[in-house]
Amino acid sequence: MAVKTASGAPAKLPDNAPAGGGLWAWINKRLPADEFISEQLTGYYAPKNFNIWYFFGSLALVVLVLQLATGIFLTMFYKPGELTSFDSVEYIMREVDFGWLIRYLHSTGASAFFIVVYLHMFRAFLYGSYRAPRELLWLVGMLVYLALMAEAFMGYVLPWGNMSFWGAQVIVNLFGTIPAIGPGLVEWIRGDYGIADATLNRFFALHVALLPLALLLLVMLHLVALRQTGSNNPDGIEIKEKVGPDGKPLDGIPFHLSYTVKDVVGVGVFFVLFALVVFFVPTFGGLFLEAPNFEPANPMSTPEHIAPVWYFTPYYAILRAVPSQRMGALLMLLAVAAFLFVPWLDRSPVKSMRYKGWMSRTALALFAVSFVALGYLGLQPAEGLYVVLARIFAAIYFLFFLLMPLYTILDPVKPVPERVSFHAH
Amino acid sequence: MADHAVVADDDVDLSRRKFLTRATIATGAVGAVFAAVPFIESWSPSERARAQGSPTTVDLSKVLPGQMVTVVWRRSPIYVVRRTPDMVARIAGHDELLKDPKSEQPQQPKYAENPLRSRTAEFLVLIGTCTHLGCLPKQRFAAGEVYPSWPGGFFCPCHGSRFDLAGRVFEGSPASLNLKVPPYSYPKPATLVIGVDEKEKGVA
Repeated sequence: MAVKTASGAPAKLPDNAPAGGGLWAWINKRLPADEFISEQLTGYYAPKNFNIWYFFGSLALVVLVLQLATGIFLTMFYKPGELTSFDSVEYIMREVDFGWLIRYLHSTGASAFFIVVYLHMFRAFLYGSYRAPRELLWLVGMLVYLALMAEAFMGYVLPWGNMSFWGAQVIVNLFGTIPAIGPGLVEWIRGDYGIADATLNRFFALHVALLPLALLLLVMLHLVALRQTGSNNPDGIEIKEKVGPDGKPLDGIPFHLSYTVKDVVGVGVFFVLFALVVFFVPTFGGLFLEAPNFEPANPMSTPEHIAPVWYFTPYYAILRAVPSQRMGALLMLLAVAAFLFVPWLDRSPVKSMRYKGWMSRTALALFAVSFVALGYLGLQPAEGLYVVLARIFAAIYFLFFLLMPLYTILDPVKPVPERVSFHAH
Repeated sequence: MADHAVVADDDVDLSRRKFLTRATIATGAVGAVFAAVPFIESWSPSERARAQGSPTTVDLSKVLPGQMVTVVWRRSPIYVVRRTPDMVARIAGHDELLKDPKSEQPQQPKYAENPLRSRTAEFLVLIGTCTHLGCLPKQRFAAGEVYPSWPGGFFCPCHGSRFDLAGRVFEGSPASLNLKVPPYSYPKPATLVIGVDEKEKGVA
C-alpha cells in the first residue's frame, strides 16, 4: 500500500525506509524500530568473554525499574507532611493490601541498588573499564551514582521516623560548613528554621519527580556512551581492533540473544536472594531499615547513636574521623569526588587486573578492604579505637587514589594477548 | 506564489548575523536568570514559617537552681540553665583546654561575649543544637560525670563533642565552635524572652 498525500501524490518517506507491507513495515516507515533493535541489541556486539562481574549492569537496570514501579504505587498511599508521613507509612504497612510487600520491595530495593552498583563499580576497577576511550562512560556512571545517593537520602527522610529526621539534620547541616554562604544555604534548603514540613515536602518532590527523571536520563546517556565505545571485558582488550571479513568483531557476540539470555539467569538468581531478604529479613538487622526509624520524628530527642544507612557509612566514617567539621565535610566530598579522576590517575599500560602486577592488585585489595572497613566503622560510635581505625582506613582510601599514577607506572605488568582468553564450555 | 529568492552567500553579512545570534543568546540567558528567581525564592522560609519563628517567653521563677529547662524557639531547642554558684565556679580554670575560651567567634550576641557567655551569671541561655552537626548535647552537669577531670557541661551523644557550663567547646571535639547563644532579654525580672535582644526590638 503506497502512502499518498492529500493531493494524491506519493508522500515522501525517508529513502532508507523499509519496503514491504504489513503492520510492522507500516510502523517502521514511521518509527525506526527495526533499526533501533538491530543497532542496540541484535547488531550490538559484546565481547564473548564476559564473566560473573558483568551481571551487575543489567541488574542495576532491573532494580531501577523495580524502584520506579514500587515507588509509583507507594505514592498512591503515602502522604507527605509532618503530621501525615509517619502514619501513612504505617497505614501502608498494616492496612493497605500487600502494602507491606510493596514497601519492603522498595526499601530492600534501595539497598540492593547500592549493592549492585558497588559491585558494578568494583568491576570497572578490576578490568580498567574507566580507561580511554570509556572516560565519559565512567563519568556519566559516576553522575548516576551521585543522583542515586541524593535519591536514597531523600527517600530515607520520607517515612519521617526519628532517624529520618536526624539523618536529614546531620546531612543538611553539612552544607552549613561552606564558608560565608553556609548558614543561609542551610535555611534555604530546609525552608524553615529547622528540618520541617517544608523540608519534607520538597524532598518528596525531588525524590519522586526530579531525581528519577535525572536518573533515567543519565542511565540512558550511560547506555548511549556504552554503545559508542562498546563494552570492555575481563582482558581489557578492544575487540573492535580484530574484526572478521564481515566487519564484525571476531571476539564479539550479539548482545541479543546471547547476553540477554545470560542476563535473565542473573536476574533469576538475584530475585531469589532479593526475595529471601524481603520475606525473611526486610530490616536486615537494622542495616536496611534502622530501629530508631520505627518511632516518629522528634526534634527534641536525638537517637543515642546516629548512623546513616549502610551504603553511606564509608563516607560518614571519613567525616567523623576528622576533628574539624569543615575539614571532615571537605574530605567526605573529596572521597566521593576522587572517583571522577580515576580515568586519568591510572597510568598503567594495561587495563585489566589480569595483566597488571602486584602493586595495582595490592592497592585495589587494600582499597576494597578500607571501603568495607570504613563502612563498618561508620555504623559504630565515634570513640576510642574506632576513630583511630577510621583514620587509618581513610588514609589508605585516599592513598589509593593519590598514589595511583605512581604505582600504576612502576607496576611490573604482564604482556596482553592478541585475542581475549575464552574457553568454550 | 511567493518568490523564493535565495540570497547568495556573498551577500550575507556574517558579522551582523553573529552579533544578532550572540545578542539573542545573551538576552535569553538574562531572561532565564530572572525566570529562575521566583523558583529559587520559593524555597526560602515561608511567611508562615517566619511568623512561627516569633519570640518565645519563659517564666524563670519555675526553674530551680541547678535545673535545665528546654523550650522551643524557631524549631530549635533552647537550653535555659539556672547555674548554682558552684556551677559558675566550675566554668573557670580550664581555658587552656578550650577552642575558643574568650568567645571570639561570632556565636553569641555582644552581651554574651564574656567568660560566662550570658547576661547574668545565674542564667545560661543556649541553642541546644551541637555546632558539629546539629544533634542535642546531653546535660552532664556533675563534676567528673564524663571522665574524672570533667568540670561539668554538655556532652553530645552523636559524635562526642564536649562543652563546659558556659557552652564553650573543648579541644578534641569534632565541633569547632561554642554552642550558640540566641538573642534574648529580660523585659521583667524572672521573665525571659528568647528571640528579642532588648525590649520592643525584634531580630530579623
